Amino acid sequence: MHPFVRTILAALLAFWLPASAGAQDADLQALVDGLAAKSFNQKIDAVDKLAATGDPKVVPVLTALLEGRLFTLKDGDKLVIAERKGRVYVTTAPLGGANLGEVKKGDLTKVRVNNKLRGELRAALGGLTLLSPDPSVRAEAVDSVLKARDAELMPVLEKAMAREEDPALHARMALAHAATNLFAAKKEEARLEALARLSESATPEVRSLLNEFVAGGKGTEKVIAAAKETLEAVEGRLRLWETVGDVFRGISLGSVLLLAAVGLAITFGVMGVINMAHGEMVMLGAYTTFVVQEAFRAYAPGAFDLSLVVAVPAAFLVSGAVGIAIERGVIRFLYGRPLETLLATWGISLVLQQAVRSVFGPTNRDVGAPEWMSGAVEFSNGLLLTYNRLWIIAFSLVVVGGIVVVLRKTAFGLQMRAVTQNRAMANSMGIRTGAVDALTFGMGSGIAGIAGVALSQIDNVSPNLGQAYIIDSFMVVVFGGVGNIWGTVVGAFSLGIVNKFLEPVAGAVLAKILVLIAIILFIQKRPRGLFALKGRAVEA
Amino acid sequence: MMKFKNLFRAGAFAGAALATGLVAGLAQAADTIKVGVLHSLSGTMAISETTLKDTVLMMVDDLNKNGGLLGKKVEAVVVDPASNWPLFAEKARELIEKDKVSVVFGCWTSVSRKSVLPVFEELNGLLFYPVQYEGEESSRNVFYTGAAPNQQAIPAVDYLMSEDGGAAKRWVLLGTDYVYPRTTNKILRAYLHSKGVADADIMENYTPFGHSDWQSIVASVKKFASAGKKTAVVSTINGDANVPFYKELGNQGIKAEDIPVVAFSVGEEELAGLDTAPLVGHLAAWNYFMSVDSPENAAFIKKWHAFIKNEKRVTNDPMEAHYIGFKMWVQAVEQAGTTAVDAVRQAMYGQKVKNLTGGVAVMNTNHHLSKPVLIGEIQADGQFETVWKTDGVVVGDAWSDFIPESAKLTADWTYPWVCGNCEKPKYATGAGM
Repeated sequence: MHPFVRTILAALLAFWLPASAGAQDADLQALVDGLAAKSFNQKIDAVDKLAATGDPKVVPVLTALLEGRLFTLKDGDKLVIAERKGRVYVTTAPLGGANLGEVKKGDLTKVRVNNKLRGELRAALGGLTLLSPDPSVRAEAVDSVLKARDAELMPVLEKAMAREEDPALHARMALAHAATNLFAAKKEEARLEALARLSESATPEVRSLLNEFVAGGKGTEKVIAAAKETLEAVEGRLRLWETVGDVFRGISLGSVLLLAAVGLAITFGVMGVINMAHGEMVMLGAYTTFVVQEAFRAYAPGAFDLSLVVAVPAAFLVSGAVGIAIERGVIRFLYGRPLETLLATWGISLVLQQAVRSVFGPTNRDVGAPEWMSGAVEFSNGLLLTYNRLWIIAFSLVVVGGIVVVLRKTAFGLQMRAVTQNRAMANSMGIRTGAVDALTFGMGSGIAGIAGVALSQIDNVSPNLGQAYIIDSFMVVVFGGVGNIWGTVVGAFSLGIVNKFLEPVAGAVLAKILVLIAIILFIQKRPRGLFALKGRAVEA
Repeated sequence: MMKFKNLFRAGAFAGAALATGLVAGLAQAADTIKVGVLHSLSGTMAISETTLKDTVLMMVDDLNKNGGLLGKKVEAVVVDPASNWPLFAEKARELIEKDKVSVVFGCWTSVSRKSVLPVFEELNGLLFYPVQYEGEESSRNVFYTGAAPNQQAIPAVDYLMSEDGGAAKRWVLLGTDYVYPRTTNKILRAYLHSKGVADADIMENYTPFGHSDWQSIVASVKKFASAGKKTAVVSTINGDANVPFYKELGNQGIKAEDIPVVAFSVGEEELAGLDTAPLVGHLAAWNYFMSVDSPENAAFIKKWHAFIKNEKRVTNDPMEAHYIGFKMWVQAVEQAGTTAVDAVRQAMYGQKVKNLTGGVAVMNTNHHLSKPVLIGEIQADGQFETVWKTDGVVVGDAWSDFIPESAKLTADWTYPWVCGNCEKPKYATGAGM
């Protein structure tokens, strides 16, 4: 932006002269037409000029350009804002928003944007919307202003600060003010004051800013020395929060491992079946989520956010039913023959994979994230917790809680434990052991299906989804102690956290190897895992 | 002129060519010409390779509808190497020895190509390899129709260094842990050094195949980028791992204006399983984008949709590579009047096919193509929009100029070089001859 133009913009915004806008509609239109220019530099020029008018009327056109909704008509090169509506596009005038009728996709050429232009657009919109009545627009604007750090925007910023009532937004504006001053203020005192303000908020953003300032080395020695000192203080405080972030990521990885493994803790842990098709149960759950979402998209697009709630029981039923079919059809003939079970279930896993590949195709399927699982909470100290991970952690705990309740508090749970502890005795007590076996296996598989719903939010929904988790699942169950749900919980979370602390130091590949070696050594010492079952059950 | 040159070149191989030509001629006395398709239809790589199998089938179908080749029908022989690298070699041998195919279109990962290489060289087969790769190879029996590093990686880095691309000063090289990313990053590091980037400003990180938990890596990229210099990420992450990686980028709110990510293995197909709204502005470098507006591309997309019977399927760069490779092979066979490997190979050099994105692709004597390079930004609809393009075509370079040991080597399969990795021509030029 030309500094002179910027000054005018600032002055205009500072005094907020609406009269100046109305008089120049024709000029404004000419400036808007400049956005259709060929080269990105010409477009940036046009954006700067539009921003310089300070006219709020240009906000819609700049927003449309930023969001890829600004087009030119193929005949006549006229600029329009177009919105998709079914098979056609509804066009409106860039200034004033008058309806210009419907056109087909082929008649429109999109005005192209690159990252540099996008940055300019955000900065321009930031300056134009800083005084907006809508707080969320102001929040976005102040972020852009903070990034742009443009001294010419200072008068607007100060004006916005003076009227701002929201304390959080005010603090953010003060930060932007200090950041701009640090780089642009003429006087040493103003810069030192800015540093003092910046030192109050230890965020990665401030660290980045201070790094840039120190590296740039523009300023008096005193200022630079003070900046270095502030930087050290900020980094010291950030380090603590980074550790907290590592722990969170470890817990999050742990919750994923837990979800994948907890079904196996039942089929392998409790029943002793080496089920190599466990991962495919997870995969089926993920595909069920996809099918449920497609149904929602087709019949109830408004209720899309609820699709996962429906997918959980659906996935449980689908994977559970397949699990029961596998148990009745194959595994029950192989009890007590682990090697044959291993090979047979491995074969089943390949069959299931290829079946899904034939039905749904080999490519990834798009499972959407509902609104309440997108994005992240960001604390001012830079700690960032993504919603999908938070939900998965909570979900994994609920699932484990549910399993424990079923095992401990229901008649089915009692029968199940009876059958696994002493089959002959349970049988003679009138328990239909065959049915209990089938239902137990079905439950373990169904839980794997539920895990698939959660994993569809963070991983690929492809036929290979399950393969990625089978090894980790066995690792967790063996490490935690076969036959013990609590062992699986502790095993999953400790593996997750150890992995996440190793990863930044050793790299992802080496971290995995180190964890595997640690587990092998651990199993040498304690062959029954963390929490070994004691007593007669072990020998059965 | 072309024909004369080819005749001359063929002369250099006269003995060998005649012998194999005769054998091949006898074997193919039947009234069909067989084309092998060696792409995984199951296992991890099925996600990418199945589409390529369909592309070859479409091209064969199209050729037959237009009267076949040399007056014969063309038949595709499809085998499934199941993403299993040693099985690739077995299946390749089966195609050449048992099915007597005249040419094979196949492979995706570099490790599968390395696995079949000895088979093609031993049996004097012909392979068209359609995927961008790390270079450092030129086999007499392989035509590389994907991009070499100088046709993808180097221009992408140049773009990010430029004023338009954001003038990046600090670099993160993320990759999957195998031969393609490691070699590409070795070349890139050497290239960045030559541009004055210090080692402290380069971060290299590798993850296993199918890595799904990107939280700490994305967080560490963010941290690395907060050192006050403009940072860009170059991703050679391959296959399935890309989806969770991009999801994590979106969730952690990394905007393309702040930290642009340029990918070499992410195309329209990979984006199909993703919500791309948070990723707008991240980049990819390829020789083809589905969004390119040209009559050839429009016809190709139309044909593809009709063949696959699904309007929603996307097209991508390796598909164009097969399109070009197949057309070139057909032209070469017509010119040579036979499908014999040695004759076809000679006829391939200088073969021209119109790119789908404009301009003309030419097969060079190092078995690599001259193609244009495009850089595109991801859009909210899952397509790429071209933001930068080379003026003309770029000649594929088998041996990188930025690795000292490779810079010395030349690949040229015509007289007097006749070699894929030599410092000096095999045959002395001048008075000696």
